Amino acid sequence: MASTVAQGRGADKRRALGARTAFLGPGLLYVTAFMTIPILLVVSYAFLTRGRFGGVEFPVTLENFVRALDPIYLRVLWNSIFIASATTLLALLIGYPTAYAITRLPVRWRTVALVLVVLPFWTNFLIRTYAWIVLLNSQGPVNKTLESLGLIDAPLELLYTRGAVIAGLLYAYLPLMILPVYASIERLDRSLLEAATNLGASKFWSFITVTLPLTLPGTMIGAIFVFVPSLGNFIVPELLGGGKTVMVGNLIRDQFLKARDWPFGAVLALVMVLFLAGLFAVQAIVARRINGRGARA
Amino acid sequence: MRNLGWLRLPFLLTFVFLYVPLVVVVVMSFNSGKQPFSWGGFSTRWYGVLAADTAVRQGLLNTLIVAVGATILATILGTLLAIGLARFTRSALLEAYSLTPAIIPDLALAIGLLVMFSAIGMTLGLHSVLLAHVVFGMAFVAAVVTARLGQNDPSLEEASGDLGANAATTFFKITVPTLLPAIVAGALLVFTLSLDEFVIAFFTDGPATPTLPIVIYSMVRFGVTPEINALAALLLLVSFTVVIAAQRITRLTDAV
Repeated sequence: MASTVAQGRGADKRRALGARTAFLGPGLLYVTAFMTIPILLVVSYAFLTRGRFGGVEFPVTLENFVRALDPIYLRVLWNSIFIASATTLLALLIGYPTAYAITRLPVRWRTVALVLVVLPFWTNFLIRTYAWIVLLNSQGPVNKTLESLGLIDAPLELLYTRGAVIAGLLYAYLPLMILPVYASIERLDRSLLEAATNLGASKFWSFITVTLPLTLPGTMIGAIFVFVPSLGNFIVPELLGGGKTVMVGNLIRDQFLKARDWPFGAVLALVMVLFLAGLFAVQAIVARRINGRGARA
Repeated sequence: MRNLGWLRLPFLLTFVFLYVPLVVVVVMSFNSGKQPFSWGGFSTRWYGVLAADTAVRQGLLNTLIVAVGATILATILGTLLAIGLARFTRSALLEAYSLTPAIIPDLALAIGLLVMFSAIGMTLGLHSVLLAHVVFGMAFVAAVVTARLGQNDPSLEEASGDLGANAATTFFKITVPTLLPAIVAGALLVFTLSLDEFVIAFFTDGPATPTLPIVIYSMVRFGVTPEINALAALLLLVSFTVVIAAQRITRLTDAV
């Protein structure tokens, strides 16, 4: 009796293991084959020598890392961080109040507003960037409008500037700021705000002392969502910066597709990804602290 | 709107900022002049030029092949993965691992896949783009289905088992139908993402079979023509229709 039960259990276990493998196996195998192994290959290429006909060769070297410290490349990296930060800051300044405004709309208008926020995001990225070439061109509507209003005599150089790159990136990623901020304001416990008001805080102070800190994790998520794709972007700097504004994404793209210096490209990509991973770590730590405080309170 | 106070300003600014560029492109697509920037009268001639453009048509076909293939594979793998994660493991690490392809920078994934495909000596073409799109597509499907699994009532499956259904019958008659809205939503998501995806396709595609985003990229790079305005307007129409349809579907299923 006891042994048949044990046998039954054994068969159950085997069946469970079979089902487990059938469900989890293919997906996990796929992620490993098409993400993890490729990324590990790139990491290992960073320590190899550039091949004579593209590709890589031995010996193992750290020279590629030394080369990345050249002031030319450091300037590109700094320029990219500056542009991505400026984009994120602007997205925050426009996105936070917009998200806040959406939470104060009547419920059915909230959905409409959110759909309108994401609609442009679902249109082709190149088309959205192209729209800014049309808009900012010396013969384009912005210059024409300013001229007809008599504000300028000659067309302004709007396109192919750093400003154009920032505008293009902001346009591309603003929805990614608004959505998480909206979600965190929406989730906010209103009774905390009432408590603050009852205790005599003005609207402004209850916003500063309650709303702002409690929505900080969501805001940081939004900031990361804007910063990460901005930093690695090579399309917007190329199309709206006209090749004058080089970002780290352009550099990586060129090392892989033009210069065919894969080890150096791998180093640049590694630096970029590690920098971004650091940002995620900071966000996670801050979120844990704030959530912990909320739980105690 | 009335009770928004000063918040009206950033609110309106956002929507002006988001929609003016799109409106300008659509208006300019009906411009009769050769100049893509200045108005020369109403005309639909650029839509005619676009319809006769074989590069665009071939690009669209290539894109559809990749998107359909990637959607089918990603939906199957992603759904199995989501169920497996919910049913057989509570490991947060495995879940995070499965979802990583959705958040990793596309450029990193793109160069990784290029390096791997060339390391194993695979020729690049639509098949390599398809394989690449499945990896992030699967993660998106898994995320959407996982969210739905959290709301599912496990007693339905238990009841099915108590009434004598075997595991396979329960899976196909109970689990899949209750998850269907999420599976469809995930599939739509992958399809749209794949249609628009440029960076990974740019690195993993062969020169003979450009997808539509790659065709658009070379058009935009080598000169701005009114034809692109027409193409842009059509693509806007398509994506707006898909998003609004998806919105309707999710609202209907939420009501059920």
